[in-house]
Amino acid sequence: MTAPLLRARGLTKHFPLRGGLLGRTLAWVHAVDGVSFDVNAGETLGIVGESGCGKSTLARLLLRLVDPDAGTVTFEGEDVLRASPSRMKRLRRDLQLVFQDPYASLNPRLPIEDAVAFSLLVHGTPRGEARERARALLGHVGLDPRMHGRRYAHELSGGQRQRVNIARALVLDPRLLVLDEPVSALDKSVQAQVLNLLQDLKAERALTYVLISHDLNVIEYVSDRVLVMYLGEVVETGSAEALAESPRHPYTQALFASAPSMDPDRRMDRPPIAGDPPNPIDPPSGCRFRTRCPFAMPRCADAPPPFVSVDPGHEVACYLYELTPAARG
Amino acid sequence: MWVYVGRRLLLAIPTLLGASVIVFAMVHLAPGDPIAAVMPAESSAAEIEATKRAYGFDRPLPVQYLVWLQRVAQGDLGRSIATRRPVILDVRDALANSLVLALSSSLLAFVVGIALGLLSAFRQGRLLDKLCAALAVIGVSVPHYWAGIILIIVFSVQLNWLPAMGAADDPGLLPFLRHIALPTVALALIPLGVITRVVRSAALDILNQEFVTALRAKGLAARRVFVHVLKNSAPQILTVLGLQFGFQLGGSVLVESVFSWPGTGYLLNLAIFQRDIPVLQGVILVLATFFVLLNLAVDLLQTLIDPRIARH
Amino acid sequence: MAPLAGVESAIDAVAAVPAAPMSYWRTVGWRLGRDRTTLAAGGGLLVIVLAALLAPWLAPYDPSAGSIRLRLAWPGTPGHWLGTDEQGRDMLSRLLWGGRMTLVAGLTPVLVAFVVGSALGIAAGFVGRTTSTLIMRTMDIFYAFPSVLLAIAISGALGPGLANTLISLSIVFIPRVVRVAESATVQVKGLEYIAAARVSGAGMGAIVRHHLLANVLGPILVFASTQVSLSIILAAGLSFLGLGVTPPAAEWGLMLNTLRQSIYVNALVPALPGLAIFATSMAFNLLSDGLRDAMEVRG
Repeated sequence: MTAPLLRARGLTKHFPLRGGLLGRTLAWVHAVDGVSFDVNAGETLGIVGESGCGKSTLARLLLRLVDPDAGTVTFEGEDVLRASPSRMKRLRRDLQLVFQDPYASLNPRLPIEDAVAFSLLVHGTPRGEARERARALLGHVGLDPRMHGRRYAHELSGGQRQRVNIARALVLDPRLLVLDEPVSALDKSVQAQVLNLLQDLKAERALTYVLISHDLNVIEYVSDRVLVMYLGEVVETGSAEALAESPRHPYTQALFASAPSMDPDRRMDRPPIAGDPPNPIDPPSGCRFRTRCPFAMPRCADAPPPFVSVDPGHEVACYLYELTPAARG
Repeated sequence: MWVYVGRRLLLAIPTLLGASVIVFAMVHLAPGDPIAAVMPAESSAAEIEATKRAYGFDRPLPVQYLVWLQRVAQGDLGRSIATRRPVILDVRDALANSLVLALSSSLLAFVVGIALGLLSAFRQGRLLDKLCAALAVIGVSVPHYWAGIILIIVFSVQLNWLPAMGAADDPGLLPFLRHIALPTVALALIPLGVITRVVRSAALDILNQEFVTALRAKGLAARRVFVHVLKNSAPQILTVLGLQFGFQLGGSVLVESVFSWPGTGYLLNLAIFQRDIPVLQGVILVLATFFVLLNLAVDLLQTLIDPRIARH
Repeated sequence: MAPLAGVESAIDAVAAVPAAPMSYWRTVGWRLGRDRTTLAAGGGLLVIVLAALLAPWLAPYDPSAGSIRLRLAWPGTPGHWLGTDEQGRDMLSRLLWGGRMTLVAGLTPVLVAFVVGSALGIAAGFVGRTTSTLIMRTMDIFYAFPSVLLAIAISGALGPGLANTLISLSIVFIPRVVRVAESATVQVKGLEYIAAARVSGAGMGAIVRHHLLANVLGPILVFASTQVSLSIILAAGLSFLGLGVTPPAAEWGLMLNTLRQSIYVNALVPALPGLAIFATSMAFNLLSDGLRDAMEVRG
């Protein structure tokens, strides 16, 4: 089996909460805790979780926009986090990010073709050529450069702006694209268009995607494999089909059950998950989901559950599936 | 919230210290030997040296600073080179006079400014709004010392209704009011303009928020909407009131000069021309301290009104 | 390359906004052009500035030459349209020449403050925590003084003269610009297009040049324009106190000072220099108001 394209190991990031008289650190926000996963070339890894589970922080860690407190990120075997500035600049061509907010991610003072061309200028492409390539790419994602090239961000719709973002991410010919909630800010009708565009581009350019979203429908639509995050930790990973058919972790089960259905037979009286998501400032000991878990056992509070493989390629971090000493052999 | 209070107090200390350094240093930047300016030209070098030593001018600067700071902390601002009186006494009297003027001028500016600002906001777009806005721009653009002179020309020289200068010689409320009337108006013009504009802008921001439209659609009485707008714009208004009061206290120099009002500005002017360094330092330091404490009070008052500010 | 999203792009094209996109600055210019008050103020200001610039050619008399015989003539006296001052010097000429002094003394500090203050403020907002704390706390110390007091104190310390006035007023205005610049920079820095630029591999310099400056200088410029009127009033005020420009030079504030005693004899002439200051100050205020409204980011 070929080596994974991207490998994350033990990524941890805690943010300090300052306060008090002298601005001392009062507490730590456990944004991301010991997250590890692999991304294979050519696949789409979907990362799903509620707001505040650390997904966006994870995206920024992967692209070294934020330095982690611990952990490594390797791209094609090369350590991303310890790369020298010149190596990092080279790596930036291969790893790109599509941002969530389609408006705030575009410079309001630049025409969109210049915004896209900027990335090329940074890497030394002559101005004329950069602009030509930017315009061509804009056309390719569905924005005719003759009509839209000199437009400004505020003159475009949300869906159009997100296309610009995608073009900006692709202009450097990256190998891997991290997409942080790429369609969350768009209307449902536009979401489908943009997702289809992303699928086409991926096939055409042999890209690899890491797509982050809180929307299960989006995740199910595009992902090959899925990673479920809760409060800064990974709780379950597996193929999209496996998770949709038989989610194992109680949180994953609740997520899939929470998706509202139009079918009157499937209406629920009570929400599947009770209570509020706990505070990442002081996460529960042991398994972080135990405070809302219908199957919580006393031992869940002792220590975080280790990953257990329930099927090939399908892993869960939950004591319910812990192999008995006999089975472990 | 008390953490915020504590933190603001703590921040004020280095600011005051820094200000004191500037006050101390700026005077020593001045060209010209201060002693030579005061002593007669024929004084022997020995006499000059003696005076220098008496005032401590012969020691290295950082030492002079610390000595000066220590004395200041104990309330001793030195003696005036010109009059030999303790500076603190002169400053205290002058400050009292300036405060009176600043308070009366602030009263005028605040009341009229807030009234015009609110009037303008609630009648946005109409003639009244344009009128008030025009008045505000005029107020902000007027050089207050010139306004003082014009007022003197009109009310003292031509009409002879009000006196042109100084604090009242005769005791009593009426002479006092007659003397303070013109300086008050002159000093109040710029703050009036600023306050009108800020109040109008703050009130408009709140009025234009969608939930106010919702409240009005529900039929909420105009008076209640008014009170609501007032409460929500209070922090911003308070900030500008504080700033403008500081401006009137510190900026009264020009108006006091026009009307010969015996306040800190007058004293400052005199000290500059006589190169009376202790008085200069004393006045500036006292005014700066006052200003810092004033800003602190305004900040703290704000957190009482709007606790959200303290959460930062 | 053929457009990929076929039908979708057609829909986009039809639903798109009118054909001629306007750059931000062009929008500003267009808005300004339709604002009559601002245009009038701009026109008035142009007249004042031109009159001051062309003083050597427009002034009928030498501003320092006067004859005591003609002192304090009323405006409308033949040969002296605006009268004469207490030394018999022609008011029109002195007002024209004085305008140069006042305008220079008023505009230069704001320009200096704009350049220096922007640099410091952007550095404080962008570079890092220690630099930021250092710069901002130093500015706080200057903020401890009310502006008039600071100007007078520094001028008093340095002595009279145009250069010293420029220095002291610059010191008054720089902290204010720094505050606005830092605040604008911090706000823009947190926006995602800055992060996007970093992800593209841009270094700090490229980010500041291409993305930060264009978005930050606008608000700073608007703020600076609001300070000009105050600067002019303060500059003239310093001369009024004898701390700025020295006689026999013509400067509006100084003229106000020397004419002050004459109000009992001739009430109109002493009012003129102040009127000039007022008119200039008001023109700048109206202009800066218009600029602020035009530059407001909408949509």
